[in-house]
This record gives sequence, C-alpha cells and structure tokens, in this order.
Amino acid sequence: MSFLSIKGLGKRFGNFVAVDKLDLEVERGEFVSLLGPSGCGKTTTLQMVAGFVEPTHGTISVGGRDITSLRAEKRGMGVVFQSYALFPHMTVEENIAFGLQMRGMSEQDQRTRIGETLSLVRLEGLSHRYPRELSGGQRQRVAIARALAIRPEVLLLDEPMSNLDAKLREEMHIEMRAIQRHLNITTVLVTHDQVEAMTMSDRIAVMYGGRIVQLDTPYNAYEHPASNFASTFLGKTNKLVGQTKAADGGRAGRVQVGALTLETAPHSLKGEVHVYIRPEKIRIGNPNDAGMPGRVKTKLFLGSYWMLEVETTLGLLRVSAANQDPVTVNEGDNITLSWNSRDVQVLPTSESSHV
Amino acid sequence: MHRNGPLALLFHTLFLIFILAPLAIVIVVSFTDKGYISMPTDGLSLRWFYAIFEARELMSAFWFSLKLGFAASCLAMILSIPASLAITRYRFRGREAIQAFFMSPLMIPQVVLGAAFLRFFNIAGLTGSFFWLMVTHVIVIVPYAMRMVISAATGMNREIENAGLSLGASRAKVFVRITLPLLAAGIAGGWLLSFIQSFDELTMTVFVATPGTMTLPVAMYNHIAHTIDPLVTSVNAALILGTIVLMWIMDRVVSLEKVLIGKG
Amino acid sequence: MSSQSQRMNWAPWLFSAPALVVFVCMLLTPLVLIGLLSLYAFDGTKGILPTYTLANYIEIFTDGYYLEIFTRTAVMSAIVTFVCIVIGVPETVILSRMQGRWRGVFLLIVLAPLLISVIARTLGWSILLGTNGLINDVLVGLGIIDEPIRMVFTMTGVTIAMVHVMVPFMVLSVWAAIQKLDPQVEHASLSLGASRFTTFFKVILPQLLPGILSGSIIVFALSASAFATPALLGGRRLKVVATAAYDEFLSTLNWPLGASIALVLLVANIIVIVGFNRWVERRYRAVFEG
Repeated sequence: MSFLSIKGLGKRFGNFVAVDKLDLEVERGEFVSLLGPSGCGKTTTLQMVAGFVEPTHGTISVGGRDITSLRAEKRGMGVVFQSYALFPHMTVEENIAFGLQMRGMSEQDQRTRIGETLSLVRLEGLSHRYPRELSGGQRQRVAIARALAIRPEVLLLDEPMSNLDAKLREEMHIEMRAIQRHLNITTVLVTHDQVEAMTMSDRIAVMYGGRIVQLDTPYNAYEHPASNFASTFLGKTNKLVGQTKAADGGRAGRVQVGALTLETAPHSLKGEVHVYIRPEKIRIGNPNDAGMPGRVKTKLFLGSYWMLEVETTLGLLRVSAANQDPVTVNEGDNITLSWNSRDVQVLPTSESSHV
Repeated sequence: MHRNGPLALLFHTLFLIFILAPLAIVIVVSFTDKGYISMPTDGLSLRWFYAIFEARELMSAFWFSLKLGFAASCLAMILSIPASLAITRYRFRGREAIQAFFMSPLMIPQVVLGAAFLRFFNIAGLTGSFFWLMVTHVIVIVPYAMRMVISAATGMNREIENAGLSLGASRAKVFVRITLPLLAAGIAGGWLLSFIQSFDELTMTVFVATPGTMTLPVAMYNHIAHTIDPLVTSVNAALILGTIVLMWIMDRVVSLEKVLIGKG
Repeated sequence: MSSQSQRMNWAPWLFSAPALVVFVCMLLTPLVLIGLLSLYAFDGTKGILPTYTLANYIEIFTDGYYLEIFTRTAVMSAIVTFVCIVIGVPETVILSRMQGRWRGVFLLIVLAPLLISVIARTLGWSILLGTNGLINDVLVGLGIIDEPIRMVFTMTGVTIAMVHVMVPFMVLSVWAAIQKLDPQVEHASLSLGASRFTTFFKVILPQLLPGILSGSIIVFALSASAFATPALLGGRRLKVVATAAYDEFLSTLNWPLGASIALVLLVANIIVIVGFNRWVERRYRAVFEG
C-alpha cells in the first residue's frame, strides 16, 4: 500500500503543459527522487504536492486521504526550499519554533522538540543566531530542521543542496540520507543532479517534458535505461546509430553499425536504432588482443579514473578506467577495445519499430 | 574603472558648489543681525530664529503642515500597502494598468492637479476642509509611498511566505508574522518620503489652500511674493536642517540610496 | 500565495480597492470636471456660463499673448534640458568613477536637494542672483563686470534656478544607465587597442544615450510644468504656462480659460513623456537588450 499516491497529475499554464499525467506511488518511508533537466516539470510537481500550485487535473493522496483540494497550510508536509526561505527576522530557534507554534505546542514541549531537532542536524549551540550570521551549510541545516521539527508525514526537498559547494554537497547527501532512514520519513527530492539522486534515493523517477520516463532503482535506471533520454542523462555513454533486422532480435541481439556487426543485449526492434555502450564497460587491451582496434586520441586523468578518447571504425569512443592501476598507454598508441555484448544496449529511434 | 583626473575633480567641485550654494546661502543669511537680506558680516545673530516663534501665521501654518503631512502619510500607507501587495503578489489582468494609474499623479503637472481639485471642491462645496485637502495630498504622495512598498515587496523572497504556509500558518498569520515585519523598513521609508513630499507640496496646494487651511509652503510663497526678508530665510534654514535630519533618519531605516535611486 | 490565483481572482482587486476608489473619485473625477470646464464660456460679469464652446482653446492658440507664453516656456525648458545634459552627464560619469565611500556620499549630496523644499532652493537663488546678491558682488569684485547684472526677474535667472532644480533628475537617469553597463565591455575596447578617449566616446557614451534621453524627457516635461521657480524668480511679467494658468484661476477668475491652459499642458506632458519614452524604448531595445 503506497503512502503518497499521485494519479494522473497534470498542470497547464495557458498553452504550456508543465506536467503531463504523472503517476507515482511512494511507499511509506521510501526516498524517491524526481530527476531531470530544468523545465522537465519536476519542481511544478513538487509544488503541487506541497499545495502551492493547483493542479489542472489529477489527484494526490497521503495515507489514503485525498488532499488534492486541501490548502497548503493544512497539508502538514515538511518543505525544504531551494533558497532555504528562512525567516530573516527570526533566530534559528524562532524559525524552528514557528511550525510548532502553529500547532499550539506548549513552550516547554517546543523547547524539547527544538533541542532534539537541532541535535539531529548537528547544529546545537546556534539557536540564538540569525540566518544572516550563518554559513550556507548551516542555513541549509536550519531549513531541514525547521521542516523536520513538525514531524511531517511527507518530506519535500526542492533542490536544497544546489547552493552548496561540491564537497559540502557530497557530505550532505550522505547525512541527509542517514537522517531520512533514521526517521523513516516518506521523502520526495527534486534535483537535476544525478549523483545526488543516485546517492540518496530508493527509486529515481527520471522526468522529461512533464512526464516520468523511467521509474526504477538507481542501479536499474543507470544500467538499463529505458529511453534515449535516460541513457544520455544518467551518466556518460557512447551513442551510435545502427540498423537491425527482425531476425537479429531475440535472446542474442545483433546490430549493424556501419560496416560492422555488433553483438548486443537482447532487443526486439527492427529498423534504425540507437546503440549505447558506457565508457566504464569498455576494457583496454594490447594491440594484439582480440577486439576492436583503435588509436588513443586523448588521455585525461580525472583523479579517481582515467578518460580516453579512442578513434575506431565505429567512430570516436570514450573509454574510462578506474584508477586502480595506472593506464600506461599514451596518446597516439594503438590499442584494442573489448566489452561484453550484454553491455551494448539498443533503444528505438523514431524510425524503428518493435518486432 | 579609471580614476578621475584633476580636471574632472575641478568640474566636480564646481558642480557641488553649484548644488550647495543656494542652500548654503539661505542658511548663512538667516544668521544675519540686520533687518534686511544681508550677509552676517557683523556677527552671527539668532534674532531671526527667535522671530519665527513670533510670526504667528507662519507658526500655525507650520503646525498645520505637520498635521496634514502626518495624516496624509498614514492614509497613503494604508491605501498603498494592500495595493502594492496586490500588484507584486498576483498576476492578474489589469495589473499593469492599475500600477500605471496609481503612478499617474507623477505625470500630471501639479498645476493641472491643483486646478482640477479647485474646481472639484468648488462644485462639491468642499473648500476649506482639512479632510479633503488631506485627500488631495494623499493622491499626490501615493506614487512615492507605493514605489517604496513595491520595491520592498519585490525584493522579498517569496518562498519565505510559502515556507510559512507549509509550516501550518494561515494566510493571515503569514501576512502578520512574516510579510509585514519584512516589509517594515520599506513601509517606514515610504512613510517618511510621503511625509516630506506632503510637507513641501506647493504648486498643487496653492490652488486649494484657504486662510483656514494654510500650509507652510503656501504661507511662505505668499510671503515671498511680496517681500523677501530674513524671516523667510530663517524659516527655510530651519526647514533645510529639518529635512536633513529626516533624511538621516530615513537612511538609518531604509538606506537613503534606496529611497532616492530605487536600489541601495 | 502567488500561484493559487485561479481560486483567488478577487484577492488582488480586493486589496487594491481602497486605493482604487480614492483614485477614481479624487483623481479621475476632478480631471474630467476640469476637462469639461475648459469647454465652458466665461463672461466678465456673469462668471462661468455652462455652454459648450471651443472659444477658450481658440483663444490660447491664436492670441499672441498666450503664444508668447507657450514659446517662452518651451524655450526655457529646452535650454534647461540642454544645460542639464551638458553639466549633468559629465558629473554622473565622474561620480561613477569614484571609489567606495566618496561615491555614495557625493551621489547623495547631488540628489538630496530633491527632498528639500523648492521654496528653500528658489529663495537661495533669489538671494544669490539679486542685484546686491553674492554672485554680482563676486563678479564685480573680480572685475569681470563693471556693474551688477540684473538676473532676478529675468529668464536667465529663472533658467539658472530651474537647472538647479532639474539636474538631479538627469543625474538619476544617467546613473541608472551607468549601473547597467558591463565594465568588461570597456576592457574589451581597450584590449582591442582603442584609447581611453575613443572608448569613452565610441563605446560608453552611446550606451548612456537611452538614459540621457529619458532624463531629458523628464527634465523637459517637469520644466514645462514648473510653477514655483518661475513664479518667484520670474515675477509678474515673465509668465510661463503654469503661472498663466494660476493667474486665470486666482486673479482673473476666468476659470474656463485657465482650465484650457491646464488641459493643453496636461496633454502636451503626456505626449512628451509617453510618446518619447516609447520611441526611446523601441529604438534602443533592439540594440541593448536583444
């Protein structure tokens, strides 16, 4: 039984369709991310769940109750805004106390709850400061604390970490995930950062053009993208165009790319198709090994991995290798590339059809 | 960004002298001990400042202007705050038209406004009423008040109000506990600016003021039109200094740059 | 709050209602009344006659007396605008090149007169420009002239005082334009080999043109409508449009005629402000915001 249920949700602004018949079921305690580029409708979806924007059609239910027409102030959801939206004229303590005051909590209980929440986000000792006296990271924790203090049933995060620098963001990903697991709060995160989505989520909803194009665990979404968009948006990939015949489908796939025949993962398409191979799935071998010959055009070192651009008869391929051992080939060298056929994925184009 | 050369600084100095000269001369002359407009070459004297208190008409005009300015500014703010929020918080058809309408007194020559009000009062029998005179001032100062409040409201992060809603505050509570405190500086600055504009208002008021509703600028205009004596300079010197004090207060509250330029 | 407007279409209208009511009753109505008044006739003994006629307008546009007043006002406004450009633009540029604190302080000093009573300012000029005034004393003392020049009750005096009143508006407008400048553009010009002189005239000044133009519109319109300064420094004989209207209303009591002068001023104002602003926007939008 899902806890947060979104059915057929849509939003239109004049002629512009921001969100188009979105369905999403979130289990209690689950962490789901809405991941997509700007303009894909993810923020609008979140705003509709929070109650700041009225849907054009569709329903939203929490714990079985239909809240679609319920006003924002009655929904009791914890919201963390992109700009944090802290009350600048109130101290940290007063900011967090605000939601509790609205619920008529006694001062004694308020103080207890505030204390608990502050230690949850590790901000003890700062309760009398004003937002302008805090660093960006501290402000973000206050925003999270303020939303969590009211013990909401659903936590909504609107790109809350986009204003933090990279290192801080990474730390916050892990910390935020730990807090969410600890409280077992049903959470929806909106982000354009795929690493963020993959780090924190139980499931990712990849969004494009107002729709969810894939709803899956991070691993599945990455390893088996269901759409061309998901393939290129999540992680890096090499994209090729090929032709396949009906007979080439089935359990062992085959695609004609240029003059070469590639063995691929199983597919059931015919016609013109897109072929994807991820850089980390390609192995580098010596010139005498079996496989696809190529010449190293560019070699880059990126800390935890090496990135090579290799010229082959398939075109320019990107290859990455973990920095476990140093990569000894250099620019201009001839090498051989190999991969498993199950890592060669085939997705339809507008010119292909299913068999 | 290049530094200013000596020629530029010379020009700048001359410009400043040009700007400050008339104000300085009024202040300097007000300290004269002679009975006519002259420089206080024989020593400074406060005689013309004491004379202010004995100029009964000017004094009562002063208090009247004070009362008028206070009342008009308060009313202007009461009208402007909700209207400014409507304009900045909502997208509705007619929004730009309404905003232009409220700003229109700035585009209408004050002479035209004065004449129009005069005719209106005459027909409706409202001449000589404090209340209706105050309303004419409200019309003239609302553009200033509204500009300040709109600027403060636009500068406010809207997500903060949504945050209040998400925490369970009703719309009314959000307004009182979040929106108003954040607008406070803009509202105070708007009030002060409106007050100054009302207090100094001459061209329009000269048409509708009556002996029973005499404002200080009109009283002085009538006075100067006949003679220029040091009394008028001391009154104006006091006004200049008073305005400077008010500007200093405004700067503390809302940053003078924001008032004069719109962004501070 | 902002996006639930579908449910709350009445809210913005409700909030604007008080101000709207006051404005419609107290602004639109009097303006309509004065429009109508300008079409009434006037008789020296009987006063205002409620018959509709264009006689007032005909008189304004044909009688030499009024044509002289319009011309004088227009010429003064034009000269004031010109001088404001000539001294206001350089000053604003100089201000923008100042560092930190000085910049803020001097900008405030230049703009502060906007908040000081126009009477105080004009009074100061009366004293300065008087025949026995400071300026004449200095000029005679330095031997530049032999006898004091008469400046009060002349258009020269009025113009000087008007420039003082108006120049802050020009500075404001040009300042706003300067704020929009991208400092890197100036650097780019220098890196391409243009001298500072050339950069100023070929790169910076053209970008300031919209600000200068809109400042000029404001200065011209305000000068043409000015009352206090021309009244106090021009005296009875040098009338401008605003003082002429005042005369009709409070001396001659020919209200219909005064109303028609006021209406002409209003219409001219609107045409100048709205018309020229649109023209400036249209002409420069493509260049600067495209």
